[in-house]
Amino acid sequence: MTAAIGLLALLGGWEALVRLGGVDPLLLPAPTQILQALWEDRALLAPDLWTTTYEVVLGLAAAVLAGAALAVAMHISPALRRALRPLVIGSQAVPVPVIAPLVILVLGFGLAPKLLLVALVCFFPITINLYDGLRAADPDARRLLSSLQATRWQALRLVEAPAALPAAFTGLKVAAAVAVIGAVFAEWAGAERGLGHALLTANGQLESARAFAATLLLFLLAIALYGACALLERRVVDWTPRGGSGRP
Amino acid sequence: MQIEAEAPVTGPPHVQAAGVEIDDVDVSFGSVAALRGVTLSVAPGEIVAVVGPSGCGKSTLLELVCGLLEPDAGEVRAQPAALMPQRDALLPWLSAIDNAGLALRVAGASRAVAREAAHEHFAAFGLEGFERARPAALSGGMRQRVAFLRTLLAGRPILCLDEPFGALDALTRLQMQRWLADALEREPRTVLLVTHDVEEAVVLADRIVLLSPRPGQVLEILDVGLLRPRARGERAVVELRERALEILVADRSDDGAAKRPSS
Repeated sequence: MTAAIGLLALLGGWEALVRLGGVDPLLLPAPTQILQALWEDRALLAPDLWTTTYEVVLGLAAAVLAGAALAVAMHISPALRRALRPLVIGSQAVPVPVIAPLVILVLGFGLAPKLLLVALVCFFPITINLYDGLRAADPDARRLLSSLQATRWQALRLVEAPAALPAAFTGLKVAAAVAVIGAVFAEWAGAERGLGHALLTANGQLESARAFAATLLLFLLAIALYGACALLERRVVDWTPRGGSGRP
Repeated sequence: MQIEAEAPVTGPPHVQAAGVEIDDVDVSFGSVAALRGVTLSVAPGEIVAVVGPSGCGKSTLLELVCGLLEPDAGEVRAQPAALMPQRDALLPWLSAIDNAGLALRVAGASRAVAREAAHEHFAAFGLEGFERARPAALSGGMRQRVAFLRTLLAGRPILCLDEPFGALDALTRLQMQRWLADALEREPRTVLLVTHDVEEAVVLADRIVLLSPRPGQVLEILDVGLLRPRARGERAVVELRERALEILVADRSDDGAAKRPSS
């Protein structure tokens, strides 16, 4: 409730600032102008929204698959862990705006480079959180399974993987929050559609309100993605207080 | 808690296979000696309590019998035992009935078969109605009973119980001791029971092994030889308890200074 009031106050102040001539609307449109542009340009922005959503969701899915595979591989095999960990960490060392044009150069203007860049941005938090979660499984439960002569695969499936789910979802939520950034940088490096592309074009045409409208959509997309992941977590991780019910 | 007479959980175990022979074993972890020269023989169907201070290697002894550890010297001859770890190790994402059936699932049974097998015993274990409950919704005593059912359903003739009641409050602990005595009466097994509670050992066991602080060595093995059921207030029980405590305490004060840092 207080958050909503605070937000409205902020927007009200912003609106007043522009209307009273404190700032050039070309530089900073008023909230009402942004909403107007959102409505008027909806035929333009809707397909772009769909494209970017598509890139983000598929890229995130790819990141989940790759991240899970990497985390499990590193967890099971010390040799793979030694080999892969520097690569995993190193992959995050190069800033995305620098890598994006190179990827576009190699893979062109289509969907693939966008997916790759989103996946690149997203897989690290997923991998590292899942890996840590797998290692943190209850040692007593592991000993119990050992005493029952369980195979490595059974230990992973019955104890370690479920125990790692809370941590995995933390990683997923972080990835969801930054996935949109990856898509935008990818589009800026070279694209024919998408919200990031629309933003650049609108800026070039001095259509500030439309640019802000595109930004607003990106913001809402990121929030919706995060919210979807949090909802999924509540459904799946229902045995701890952060998930569903549990005794206090 | 209602206990009802019932058929055994599994068929009668082969007599020889149900014994445990521990022959002069040494176990060290790096430079730390956990057990030294421990020799112990457990007859099939016998309940042996292993008592000693923290860090004396009691859990290590159980791990040997469960096949989780190899001794550095000496030999352990036993079928792999079913382990009940110190903290119940119930999986928080599984319901009580799925936890109870875990051993069967590991052995390859389907979830339905495992649930059915577990379900038969829920009433006798005082867990009726809690099949679908998660461990977080169960009391400490109930969790231990689920863990014990899980241990029984592993179908092994030998059970290794690692301080099964350590995490319970004193009242629940007393109830659970009686409950365990009854349960083992109905489902006889060879049992190695680790506990730091001397009284618990006297009430439950046929023999008591007293271990010294690290490195664990056998101080003495006491024959309990009392009829069951035993009450903690009984004179014989109290006397035996005091005798065991004396032995344990005497060992500490004798060479506590010279041997090791206090555990």
